[in-house]
This record gives sequence, structure tokens and C-alpha cells, in this order.
Amino acid sequence: MAETMERLLPRDGDGGTKMTNNVVEAKNLSLTFQTNDGPVHALSEIDLTIEEGDFVSFIGPSGCGKTTLLRVIADLEQPTGGSITVNGVSPHQARLNRAYGYVFQAAALYPWRTIAKNVALPLEIMGLPASEQQQRISKNLDLVNLSGFEKKYPWQLSGGMQQRASIARALAVEPDLLLMDEPFGALDEIVRDHLNEQLLQLWAKTNKTVVFVTHSIPEAVFLSSKIVVLCPRPGRIYDVIESNLPRDRSLDIRETSEFLEIAHRVREGLKAGHAYDD
Amino acid sequence: MINTALASPRSTNPFAGLMSGTTGPVIVVVCAILAIWYISAVILNTPFQKEMYERANRGDVPVSQLVTDTLAQERPVLPAPHQVAQEIWKTTVEKKVTSKRSLVYHTGITLSSTLLGFLIGTTLGILLAVGIVHSRVLDKSMMPWVISSQTIPILAIAPMIIVVLNAVGISGLLPKAMISTYLSFFPVTVGMVKGLRSPEVIHMDLMHTYSATRWQTFWKLRLPYAVPYLFTSMKIGMAASLVGAIVGELPTGAVAGLGARLLAGSYYGQTVQIWSALLMAAFLAGALVALIGVMEKVVLKKMGMAQ
Repeated sequence: MAETMERLLPRDGDGGTKMTNNVVEAKNLSLTFQTNDGPVHALSEIDLTIEEGDFVSFIGPSGCGKTTLLRVIADLEQPTGGSITVNGVSPHQARLNRAYGYVFQAAALYPWRTIAKNVALPLEIMGLPASEQQQRISKNLDLVNLSGFEKKYPWQLSGGMQQRASIARALAVEPDLLLMDEPFGALDEIVRDHLNEQLLQLWAKTNKTVVFVTHSIPEAVFLSSKIVVLCPRPGRIYDVIESNLPRDRSLDIRETSEFLEIAHRVREGLKAGHAYDD
Repeated sequence: MINTALASPRSTNPFAGLMSGTTGPVIVVVCAILAIWYISAVILNTPFQKEMYERANRGDVPVSQLVTDTLAQERPVLPAPHQVAQEIWKTTVEKKVTSKRSLVYHTGITLSSTLLGFLIGTTLGILLAVGIVHSRVLDKSMMPWVISSQTIPILAIAPMIIVVLNAVGISGLLPKAMISTYLSFFPVTVGMVKGLRSPEVIHMDLMHTYSATRWQTFWKLRLPYAVPYLFTSMKIGMAASLVGAIVGELPTGAVAGLGARLLAGSYYGQTVQIWSALLMAAFLAGALVALIGVMEKVVLKKMGMAQ
């Protein structure tokens, strides 16, 4: 009864009020693309719950639907079956409430805008006053260690810095949910390690819920509090692994037996799900 | 050791510095064009010159005399470069700008209708492109007309435009400008449609995640993305606009403008005058396109897109 009452309460524009602790709830979710070669089952019978404050990784080979699932959460794709809620409402409504920040595979910065102006882009669209924009720009660039680069253009920055700027842009919306689609996939391993550490610090500092798509086992294990192993044809969840690693971790943790144990379980899951076939 | 051995033959070559820039190659090309021009002038003007000698009963004229004479005819089939240069000098520097015999005066007339037509054409082109990109109906209904408009020979439609506009009392600059518009809106429309549609999927997705309106997506993404395309098509549009202005001057028996000079030149067999007007038109087109190039550089630099 109390829950029903809560559901009836009006939400504020920022999507700031929480109704449940479940940020994402998918039940029997499926998505089938109709192509010339017949239907492609990108997602099939997905049941998933993501709780507030979780760092959830989707891992699996190409074609397992991990990016598609993230895009469904972001209302960039429409599911063809089942149900999904984001912050207790439909993904469409959640998008209108600007409930999430989305980080793409590429930084997707606009080349004609400086770094500060790129971070300002969503704020301009939201129609925030200039002073508020300024304050959020400096705060979020500071969070990703890019203070001092406000006036630079994207091409003047390295790939890793560009991706950090795009994270600052996603954070500027001040969402409680951060959706990241292989954000470090195009970067070399040294930069990637460094950014992974920074991302964990960011997560600890901001206490956001993060959904992270990757095809790197060490990355998934290092970052996550929960690892979702997906398998292809049809795209489905094979295993969900709750990580017992401490939240406060450094790169050294990758040498520990606990880390290797989880990594092993992920690899076994991928193998059993025929991720390594052909 | 090896380095200096390799480098020395280069440094002894006096042309190395000249040819590495753009100046050297440009000079070479200009010299080649002038050489071909002179040779062609001699070949093409020789029959008439020989006829002249026969009439004057002069039997054996030395070749050097023949060459000199072919390059100094009053109405040659192909005037020599220096004759055209002299004519241009005479009709630009030595004539008052307001004189009807001044080439600057005629160029000014053509320039004004070129620019007016170009401005209207570019504006029209951008508006059409915005409509086509945002409305499926406009895309389906307008695009075929836009394309078929350019399949009609401009020489056929130019007199119609002039006559029709004259009939409704519009004469002077505007009818000629309309022909420039007719030619210049097309490249701008096509270029802008391409430009406005060129943002990558990831950039469009980003706008979608922000729940941006179409208007916001247009101003903040599509339009800036299309700017380089706009300048490229404006260069083509400008050249087309000048052609339109000159063609517009032909059927009306206009008394002023580069087209009028071409027409008058062909009436009286004044080939030197025709060629000087032609060259002037070419210079003008080059200057106008270069001007857009400079604008492009400045704008892109200001936008941070040029490095």
C-alpha cells in the first residue's frame, strides 16, 4: 500500500526523488530486429535488476546484445516484448526526465565547440541559466581532472582526455544513472587502466549507479560490483556474478586470488555460453 | 656523412627552392599556356595573313615576318596574349570608370547582378535544404523539381525569364539576377541537404539522449556540421552565378555588362574585345571564388574546425 502511494507521488523534473531502490528493472525483455535475412533475436528473455549505487558490467562477445540492452535502457532502442522500467518509469519517460547520462564508444565531442562548450551542450538544451552552467562545467571538468582545458578544442586533446571530457558532459546533466558503452574500447591499455582507476574514484565520490558495457574481462571484474555475462544467438543473460571485492580497490587487486577467481567464473560463463564458438 | 652526401645535390639545384612551393609550378603552367596560345595564334592566323600577302602581290615573305604579322592583326581569328593584355590595359587603366568603353564599368554591371543573384540563390538554396531535410513531403515533392530545373538549358530559359519579368514591369538588374539565382541555388541546395544530413549517428543519438527538440538539434548540431559543405557549394554557386549574369545579358541586347561586350564584339568581329571580356570574366570568377575561400578559412578558424 505504501508503495502504491509512493508511486502516485509526483516526481520532480530532475528525476531526483527515488521511488524504489531498483534503478533498472527488466522482466522477460526481448528485442527482435526484422532484417532482410529474417528476424534477429538481439535480446531474449532478459530478467535483470540494477539497484541504486550498483556498478554493473555487461560482458559478452560481439552480437550478444550488451550494447542493445544498454540502448534499450537509454530509450535509443524499443523492446519488442516484456517490460522494463528505469527509475520506476518507462525508459521514454526516464529520458524525458533526463535520468541518465550516456557515454558512447567514441567521445562524440562537437569539433566546433571548446571542451567547456561541449560540456555545456546538454545544459544549454536543458535551458539552465548561464551561472549554473558555468558552475556545473567547472565542477565536472574538475571531477575528470580536466580543469584548465576549458578553452581547448577537442582535436587538441588526446583520445583519453576526449573520452574524459565526454564523461564530464554526461555527468553535467547530474543524473543518478550513468550508462557507458565501451567507453575505453578505443584506447590503449595503459590509458585504459588509468581511466578505470579514475572511474572507480568517480563512482566512490558521486555514488552514482553505473551500467558499463565492455568486452574486457579484467576491466569488468576490476570495475564492477555486479557482472552480467551475456551470450549471443539469441542475446541472453547467462550468468550474474556478484563481486565480493572491496569497493575501494586499486589496480593491484588484479593480482589477488579473489580477483582471478571472479575472472575465471566470467570466462567459464562465456565459454559455456558458446561465446568462443567459431 | 651519408646525409650531407644525399642533401648536397639538392642544395646545388637552384630550382629546388622555387619548385617546392606553389610559385614555381604556377609559373610553369602559365608559361606553358602562353606558349600554346602563341603557337595556336600563329597557326590559326596564318591563312588570313597569306591571303593578305597574295592580295598585295608579295611573293616570298620571310617566316619571321609572317610570325610577327600574324600576332599583330586587327581582327585575328585568335588574338595573341599581348594584344588581349593591351586591350585590357587600354580599357581598364586608360579609360575612366564611368566611360561606356571602360571594361571596369561593364565588369561592375555584371558583378552587381552576379552578387545579387548569388545572395538570393544562396538564401533560397539554404531555405529549400532546411525544408527538404526536415519534411519528408518536401523531400519527395521538391527534390525532383530542383533537379529537373537544372536540366533545362539556361540559354533557352534565360530569354523567357527576361521577357516575362519585363511584361510585369520588372527590368534592369533583377531579371539578370534571377538567372544567376536560377543557376546558383542548385549547388547550395544539394550541398546543404548533404551537409545537414551528415552528422554521425552517434551525434544524433547524443541529442536524442538529451531529449533535444528538432529545433535544438538543427541549431546546435546540423547547421554547424553543414558549414564546410555550405562554403564548398557557395564556391560552385558563385561561378554559376557569374555565368548566369553573362548569359542574362546576351538575349536582351543589353548595352552594358561583360555579356554585352561579348555580344558587341561578335557583331563587329572584334575578337580582341571578346577575348579581353572573356579573360575579365575569368579573373572575376577566380577572385569571387577566392574571396569565398578566404571567408571559409576565417569562419572555420573561428569555429575551431580549421587547425
